[in-house]
Order: sequence, then C-alpha cells, then structure tokens
Amino acid sequence: MENGSNTYDGPVLECRDLCISYFTRAGEIPAVIDFNMTLHQGESIGLVGESGCGKSTVAMAIMQYLGKNGAIVGGQVLYKGRDLSTLSPEELRQLRGNEISMVYQEPMASLNPSMTLGRQLMEVPLCHENISEKEAYERARQILADVKLPDPERVMAAYPHQISGGQQQRVVIAMALLSNPSLLLLDEPTTALDVTVEAGIVELIGEIAGRFNTSMVYISHNLGLILATCNRVNVMYSGVVVEHGSVSEVFDHMRHPYTKGLFGCIPLPGADKTARPLVPIRGQLPLPHQRPQGCYFGPRCDFFQAGTCDQEGLHMTEVPNEPGHSVRCRRWQQIDWDSYNPEGVGASEMEAGEVVLSIDNMKKYYEVTDNSIAAMVKGNRVRHVKANESISFDARACETVAIVGESGCGKSTFAKVLMGLETATEGKVVFNGKDISQEEVQNRSPEQIGSMQMVFQNPFDTLNPSHTVGSQLARVIRKFGVHTDKDKVEARVMELLDLVKLPREFARRRPRQLSGGQKQRVGIARAFAGNPSTVVADEPVSALDVSVQAAVTGLLMDIQKTYRTTLLFISHDLSLVRYLADRVVVMYLGNIVEQGTTDEVFTPPYHPYTEALLSAVPIADTSIEKKRIILEGNLPSVTNPPTGCPFNTRCPRKIGDVCETQAPPVYEPSPGHQIACHLSVETFQEMQPVIVQPDEPASPAAE
Amino acid sequence: MLIFIARRIGTMVLTMLVVSLLLFLLLEINVEGVAVKVLGAYSSDQQREIWLENNGYFDPLPVRYARWLGNAVVGDFGDSVRFKVPVSEILPERIWNTAILGFWALLIASLIGLFLGVLAGMREGSGTDRTVSVGSIVTTSVPEFASAPLLSALFVFYLPQAIGWGLPGTSSMSSGFDWTQLILPIMVLVLYDFGYIARMTRASMAEVMMTHYIRTAVLKGLPYGAVIRKHALRNALIAPFTVIMLQINWLLSGVIVVEVFFAYKGFGSLLLEASLNQDIFLIEACAMVAVFVAVGTQTLADIGYTYLNPRIRFS
Amino acid sequence: MTDQAISSMRREPAILRLIKGAALIRESWVGMVGLGIIVFWAVVALLADVIAPFPPNATGAPMTLPGGPALDGSGTHWLGTDQLGRDILSRIIHGSRQVLLYAPLATLCAYAVGIPMGLAAGYRRGLTDDVLSFIANVILSFPVLVLYIIIIATIGASGINIIIAVTFASAPGIMRIVRGLVLDLRNREYVFAAETRGESAWRIMLVEILPNARGPLIVDGCLRLGYVIITIGTLGFLGLGLPPPDPDWGKMITEARAFIQFMPHMAIFPCIAISSLVLGFNLLADGLREVSLRD
Repeated sequence: MENGSNTYDGPVLECRDLCISYFTRAGEIPAVIDFNMTLHQGESIGLVGESGCGKSTVAMAIMQYLGKNGAIVGGQVLYKGRDLSTLSPEELRQLRGNEISMVYQEPMASLNPSMTLGRQLMEVPLCHENISEKEAYERARQILADVKLPDPERVMAAYPHQISGGQQQRVVIAMALLSNPSLLLLDEPTTALDVTVEAGIVELIGEIAGRFNTSMVYISHNLGLILATCNRVNVMYSGVVVEHGSVSEVFDHMRHPYTKGLFGCIPLPGADKTARPLVPIRGQLPLPHQRPQGCYFGPRCDFFQAGTCDQEGLHMTEVPNEPGHSVRCRRWQQIDWDSYNPEGVGASEMEAGEVVLSIDNMKKYYEVTDNSIAAMVKGNRVRHVKANESISFDARACETVAIVGESGCGKSTFAKVLMGLETATEGKVVFNGKDISQEEVQNRSPEQIGSMQMVFQNPFDTLNPSHTVGSQLARVIRKFGVHTDKDKVEARVMELLDLVKLPREFARRRPRQLSGGQKQRVGIARAFAGNPSTVVADEPVSALDVSVQAAVTGLLMDIQKTYRTTLLFISHDLSLVRYLADRVVVMYLGNIVEQGTTDEVFTPPYHPYTEALLSAVPIADTSIEKKRIILEGNLPSVTNPPTGCPFNTRCPRKIGDVCETQAPPVYEPSPGHQIACHLSVETFQEMQPVIVQPDEPASPAAE
Repeated sequence: MLIFIARRIGTMVLTMLVVSLLLFLLLEINVEGVAVKVLGAYSSDQQREIWLENNGYFDPLPVRYARWLGNAVVGDFGDSVRFKVPVSEILPERIWNTAILGFWALLIASLIGLFLGVLAGMREGSGTDRTVSVGSIVTTSVPEFASAPLLSALFVFYLPQAIGWGLPGTSSMSSGFDWTQLILPIMVLVLYDFGYIARMTRASMAEVMMTHYIRTAVLKGLPYGAVIRKHALRNALIAPFTVIMLQINWLLSGVIVVEVFFAYKGFGSLLLEASLNQDIFLIEACAMVAVFVAVGTQTLADIGYTYLNPRIRFS
Repeated sequence: MTDQAISSMRREPAILRLIKGAALIRESWVGMVGLGIIVFWAVVALLADVIAPFPPNATGAPMTLPGGPALDGSGTHWLGTDQLGRDILSRIIHGSRQVLLYAPLATLCAYAVGIPMGLAAGYRRGLTDDVLSFIANVILSFPVLVLYIIIIATIGASGINIIIAVTFASAPGIMRIVRGLVLDLRNREYVFAAETRGESAWRIMLVEILPNARGPLIVDGCLRLGYVIITIGTLGFLGLGLPPPDPDWGKMITEARAFIQFMPHMAIFPCIAISSLVLGFNLLADGLREVSLRD
C-alpha cells in the first residue's frame, strides 16, 4: 500500500518462464522448469502434484527464499508488476509478511517454541508499521478472534506447545493475515492435521478469500482440497506444469494423460473395487537428474509414441475454445479417451469365510507415570489411559475390515494387543480358535506369530537400512519355520519378490536404493512370508504418493484374494476405506462408535462422528455435493477422556446432559450395523446422506 | 518447578552418598593399608595396632562409614599425613586459589566460545564457519600439558629474547599475589576449553538457523538482526548453557595439569600431591570436594535448562 | 546364479561397505588431513626400530640443541637431546608405540563394556535403565582426571591398569551415547516388525538396532580415541603413567618442564607430537561426521 499499489490493476502475481535449480555436489538439478502463472486480485490458484514435483519450490521462489543452494536460473517473478529479483534486501523485507505472506505445512515447527504466541504475532505489525505496542497487541488479539480461536487473550500468553495442532495452524494463518497481505501462499497447510481439523481450516481459508479479497496460491497434493479452495489449478509433474486451467475444466475435462491418470488413482465415491477399480499409473516418478528426454511423463504414459514424445521442445498448448486451459502434451488431440479402457486393480467379489478373529469386549488401559512438573505439583502422577475401551468385532476369512479413526483413537494400541506386544487388560481376542489376549509374542508359537503379521505405515522406516532386502525376507522365513533349508529359503525369497512384483535382483539391494513404493512392497512381502491368515495393515499407503498408492493398494488386495487372507486395514482415509473394505469399524478415543458393512456405515443412519468424518473428507469430484459439518473444539486427551459419550465435547447433535453422564446405548438399525449413540430412533431415521452424487442415483450413497 | 528442584537436589544428595561410599570402600576397606599409609612404612605392627584401636578402626564397617560420613559432612576429614595439620586447614585456601583461576578461565573461554560459535553457526558453511570450526578443532587437540610448555616457551623464552618482554613462567606466588602469574595458566585453560564451547554453540546455532520458525521469522519481514536476536539466540543458547555448566567438570581436570605445571598452589596440585604421597584423608577430602562441585554444577545445569526451556517449563 | 546372489548378500556388503565408507572420506579434505596424520604416526610406530636414528635410551651429550652432532659422530640429533643426552627424535618415534598400542586398546575395551550397557538401558528401559543410568551418573560425576588419579593411585600405574582405568571412566559416557541412539532407533518400524515376529531382545539390540547406530559411534570413537591419547599423556605427565625407562610423550614433557626457560626444545617436540596425533583423530572425526551428514 505504501508503494502506491492501490492504483495498480494488473495481476497480483506473475511468473514468467520461471526456472529454478538447486546446486548440489552432483551439479545443477533443475527443480522447476518453464513455469508460468498469472494470478489476479481475489483469485486463488492451486498447485497440485506429487512429492518432488516442485510445487513448494515455486512458493519459496515467490518469497525469494531458496536457501543457499537454490537459485532462479531463468525467467521472472513479478509481484504487482515489479520483478522481485531486482529488489534490494530492504525492499524485499518490506514486502515479506506485509504484502506477501505464507502459511506452512507444519504449524508446530513454524512457531518459535520459546516465545509467546502474542509476541510472535505482534512482531509483524511492529516491524512493518509504525504503531505502538498497545495497538499491536489489540491488532493481534483481534486477528485471533477473526480466525475463530476461542479465548484470544489466553492464546496470546501461551507458548506454541500449549495449544493443539489445529489451533497452531490458526495462529500461523492469523500471523499471515495480520498486515492484510495482497498475496497469501499456503504450502500444504492441512497435511499435518487430522481430517476433521483440516475441514475447519479449509473453511477458514475459504472465508478469508471472500472477506479480505486476498489472492491465494494453494499448494497441495490433495485434489479434493484444491477443489474446495481454488478457482484455477496447475497440475505439476516432475518440475513442469502439465496442465493448467479452471478447476472445472481440469477436473471434468482433463486433457493430459497424467491428470487423467491421477484421477484414476484416487478412490472417488463412485469407485468400487469390483465394478470400477482404481487404475494405477505404472512406474515411478523420475528422479530430477534422471528425467527422460522430451515429455517427462513419457515412460509412464499409455499413449507414449517414440519419435514424438521423446523429442525436446515441448511447450504448453492452449485447448481451443477453452481460454486459459492449456496442456503440455504433443498428442492430446489424438487421444481418444472414450475408447481408453485401462486395466484396473480391482478384485472380484468373494464370499467371506468362517470367523478367523473375534474380539470380545477387549480393554486396554495403560498406567502412565506422568513426570511433568505440573503433574508432580498436583500429585496425580499415576494416570490411567484408556487406550481401548470395550472393543468387540469379528473378522472373517477373506474379508477386509477397516478400522477408521483420527489420531489418538486407539488404533495403534489395538494393533499392539493383536500382535502380542501388549496384553489386554480385559476381554478376549480369539484368533484361529485360541484366546491370545494374554499371550505375549514371546509365548506364541512361530506358526501363531507367522499367521498374523503386519504391514507398517512409514516406507522409510519399515525396512532395516543396514540389511539387504533378501536377508530381511530370509530371516522372516526361517523365523516362522516355513523353511530352514538354505536353498528353499532362497527360493521362497524369490517367490515373495515375484508375489509383490519386484525384480528378483532386489534381494541384493539395500532399502535406501528403493523408492517408497518399492519398500512398501517389500514390507508386504515380509508380512506374507509366513503364509498368514490375518494381516494387519497400519496405514500402509498413507505416506505414499497418490499414483503409487493405487498400485500398492491393488497389490495388497490382489494378494489377499490369492491367499484368502483376512485384512485388518487401519486407516484415516475414508475414501480408500470405502473403496476396499467390506466392513468398517469407526473408532473415537478408544471406543467403537459405529460398525457395520461398508454400505451401512457410509449411508444413513450415521453416528454423528461418522457423519462429521464423512463430511470432512475432501472429494475431488465437481459433481458431488456434501453437507458441511465442522466440528468445534479439540480432540480431548486420552488421559482425561470425557464422561458419558466420548464424543460429547464436539458433537454437533448433542442432545443434553444424558450425553455427558451416561454411556450411549447401542442402536442397531439393521443386524450387524451398530451405532453407539443417545439419539432417538426418529432422528436416526430422518438423517440425510452426507455425500450426494446427483448424476448417479444408483450409487450407494443415494440409496 | 519447586518440586522439580527438590527432586534434582535429592538426586544430587543420593549421588554424593554413593560416591562417598565408593570412596570410603576404595580407600579404607583395607584397614592395615590405612595404618601403613598414615604411620609410614617403617612403623611397627604394634604401633599400627594401637593407632587403629585408638581411631576405632576395629568397629564394624557400617559404623565406621557412618562416623566417617558424619565427620565429612561437617568438614572434618582428619589430619593430613603429609602436612601434619587438619585437612580443613589447608583446603579452603587452595579451593579459593583454584576458584579464581577457574572462574576467569571459564568466563573468558565462554565469552570467546559463545561469540565465535554464534558467528560461525549464523552462516553455516561460510568462510567464518570453516575457520572457526577447524580452528577450534586444532586448539582442542592440544592438551593442556602440551600447550603449557608451548606457551611457556613462547612467552618465557622466545619473547623475552626477541622483544625483552615476557611473562613469569611459574605461578607459585612466592612473593605475594601477582596477577601476571595468572595470565599463562588462564591462557592455557582458555585455549583448550573455548573450542569445545564454540563447537557446541555453533552446532546449536546452525541447527536453529535451519528450523522452520527462523524461516517464518525471515518471511514475516523481520530485519535480519531481529531474527538473530529475538528468535535464534534464545533457542540456540539453551544447549550451550548446559555445556558451559558441565564444562566446569572438565575444567577441573585441566586445572590439575595447569597447577602442577605452573606450580600454582591450588586445589588440583594439592590433590595430585596427596595421591602421589598416599595421603588418604586428604585424597578423600579433595575427591569429595571435586565431586560436590561437579554434581552441583550438573544439578544447576539441569535446573537452568528446564527453566530456559518453556516447552518443559509449562508442560 | 540366484543362489550365489543370495549367499553373497550377507558377506560381500560388509566388506564393500567398509571400503565405500573409507572412500567417502576422500570427499572431506579435513578428514583426509586427519587420516594422513594418523597413517603417518602408525607407520612411524611400526617402523620405529628402522627409522629411529638412535636407540631410545642410549645417552650422548646432554641438552644438545636441535641439529647438533652426536658425541661419537655417528649421526645428528635432529631434535636435540634431553637432560640425560638421549636423542629426542628417537624417543618420540619409540614413544608413539606406547600411545598407539594402549589408546586404541583402552578405547576398544571401553566400547566393549559401554555398548552392551547402553543397548540394555535404551532398549529395555524401566528398572534396567534406571540402575545403569544411575551408575553411569555416579561415575560421570567425578571430574575425569580426579577419577583417574584416584584409580591409578589405588591400583598402581601399569599398562593394564591404565586400560582398566580408561574403561571404567569412559564406559559410562559411551553407555549414555548408545542409550540415546537406541531410544531413538527403538521406535523405528523395523524394530517393531522384529518384535512382532517374536525376535529375542538381544537379537533386536545387536542385529536390528546396533548396525544403524554405527555412524555416530564411529565418529564418537575417533573423538574418544583422541581424548584417551590426551588422558594417557596427562597421566604420564603427572607421573602416573607407564613406569620408566621406556619413552612416553607425557613423561618427556614433565622431565623437560624444569628446563623450559633455557632449553624449550626438549618440551616443544613431544608436545607437537602428541598434539598432532590427537589433531589427526579429531580431524578424522570431523570429516567422518561431515561425510555422514551428506547423505
């Protein structure tokens, strides 16, 4: 504003042929190539792509903050017509935080741990405007109220670790808005948050755009979030924009094979593992220094044509009659999408077998000695954490049971009890006819251990970096007594690698030579080494890129089908659960709040928590209409859970004191479909579906 | 917070108790040995018997330990065999001398170390950083017993030859207290110690400069100086604070060498003299004092760390 | 073919890894300088009998200045002689053997004790951790040199006793480092995976956890070795080291101390010798750390 920008009416931000490189010991590595973007006042534009596609680098380039080894090697970034690279450090400083501000991925890490939040907020107006401490305080307090933080005075005096992750992100957003910037950059602002908290932040971002007339660049890997927040979108792949256009153009009439592939990988409500399976994109993202000639997507593209696609000089071409919609592909006009029918990774419907695993009223309490100062002062050092409260459900052979819940819902504890790393406090866990609830893993027989195995979440952590893939698989085979003979063990290792579709020479490789998806495949092979009857998969694909996710999910279902394995699929991703699970168990704070078949859980009547969860999931489908339910408040602490119904502190349908005082009764609208809630039968019967798909009345949601 | 402090002090007392028991067992479990050490190798068996009898050495071990501990707590460690006076008469003066030496050495080393460390850590990988890093590796590689002769050779031998000015080569203070005699010992201690503090500070500072909240601060548009002062220093100096407090423990080792080399009448040279002469009551007293100082500073470091760190303070 | 592939997947990488690790050091000039110094001293120690111009305890003219001729004209005292007329260069060369024998041996012993303690404390936690950590705290609460002085004064000075003293004084520090690393590594999913397949605790500690702590431990080992060299030197300097007459760098410095104001060369050269060796290990440690942080 001081720069007379009030009179400027061109685009707020313009990137022209921007090229950014990082300089490492191995030489120059181009991170972003030939990037163009024009952002007008009040507009919001999305940058979407998988990890390593360069989307965050663009944001840092706009901020002129690329670190020691990064540099803009070509093109310009123009803010209100001024080339940012020509500004002096002082001019740049005046711009940062004042006219251009940013919201980051991890709110906790973005805030100074040893400074009160109030101080950190007040700094912004104090350094950009000539105002008094008192005014600054008032401004900061006001903005905290604007981002809907309850009790702003308390937040002002607090340190970052004293408030929850969602609140931290609200503070970071407040900080970015304090000086009323013209441009707001949001770099994966909700990735570190739970889905119900995410919904609140997304709503807030939407409001900001309307209220402050701020232009936004929203960076995300999640197409659903882009749909919820942006007008236009840039789809990036390996450092280049492959498709650009309005959200409806790109989401409904995508032209680039990668965009098409990306949508084929995400489980939309219409997808179904038998009827409309997911279509993974084959192969891996190329490493920046191993990009192919010509089109970077070439090696993974079904429409690749040698001689055309591997030629240099590929540029964006505009789609006729759709101004602003452009594609980086030589062949997009020749592709006939209607006759394109790629093979999906679905599974045929299978009859569930006998009950393999039966959990009956299982409880797991921890006694926690709290060594914090506060607890010592109060004298209540020993607390009971009710990690699991009365868990009961069955799982049958060949069935996929999904356990759904947000952080702190007790999923991990449950997995530990199953695997014998913890023993249950009460109740039974009957596995293959034997109660294993009190059997620690050391007391279980090798067959018992081998018949229940686990697939883990973090691909970078799941394999021991010090040992080769082959030796790690071989160890499992010997340990479970499948084979002891050396040759047979080796043969089995090869078999397992074949099973997860990895080349046999991977046996000699070390984990760090493998990509995330490949490591996860090895993790699956390891779990299936002992011919298990049950596999517990703890968020097996949540850390993977979307295009790889579909392939790994498909593989898992494929193997399950072959071996008629029971799969316990622990996940927070409702879309994925809906896609692959036969039955769903919804957990909240250690309690099961709802369970039933997938169709039952995803259609009314719902438990209010399930309803909120469904509403919170971002869906990348323009035709879908969702009911919006935003949960208030924070997730209560497991060490101090609410009395009565665990959900009563955040429940939008709370009916009164009964929710706080009495444990909810189980309502059973159909046999096997159980909802633990105080709501009346009438209320349940009147519930409307959260997700409506107008085009497809036959989908389960609208039934 | 108070309870935390009480707990830390409790642990400290417990540690001291165990240390005292270990010392006692190590040095006094062999009763005959004690008599030999006190009365000398040429004393007769009868003399030893009588001495042991008179001093209650035939009582059961727990009783002896309790009595010894009780005396130790009030500062009575018995008579020094070598100096023929009560230990409590020699010790205070020696401790005071060492305290002067240690205080200045630690102060100067900390100031230099913190300053260079912050400077280097602010811009990781810069020329300043490389120079400070390699420089501090070099100085910490020269042990005190090597730097003392080297510095002496320079300031006591070569410099007087070259420009006619030098420093005194001993610090015996034979003709009263003399500041100039303290310069070389302090120099030796600082030279060895500042490097470690500098490296720890540098690491801590470099780590903080890499954090996201520094990025946040820069992208808020704060001037660089304010980013360093308000955001980086506070967080970066928490770790070096602990390091400096724990450095006192290490400094004590260096002090022994320096005092021996420069013949400074301090606590360290007293301890060595006691050990070489098997002066067991003096050894016990010195060891207890040394451990008390070490454990005390550790406790202070812990409490200070907790106090400086709001994440622990308000959890 | 495949059989070979698998049977080799166990042995080959261990050797390969070592070579690769050693080769990586070439990327840090600081590390290379350090390695160079260490190799230099190792060669000197090995070939001491060949390269030393005089026997270490042979006496000639006392206090010859550097470069002075030997009494019998049989050579030159390149670094002069000491107060008894022994050739300083030869004594430094022979003294390197003591240091390079006892320091690595003592450090290895300390690791042999400290690593299992740290593994047990970090992995089992609970009471094991409390007890081991308390013991470590008690030992670490002694100022290092005070501890050495008391131990050596009690058990006497000899090679074995120095190793015992170093082990006793260093093992708690190693335990703490290992414990810290284990506390971090034990939460990795591959450890969890090993637990869920019922592996024994010691197998998890030794096979799953320890190999992944190797990087920081090697760096720490280099630093510690440097420090043990200082310690052994200091003990020699204080008169608590190896018994005479064999040359010991620390003792050479003590003996030269009285003459520092007239004949500084007697002290300077042993000082440079020991400092350079320590510097070698410290530089190597820094280089290793730098290289290990890169990828």
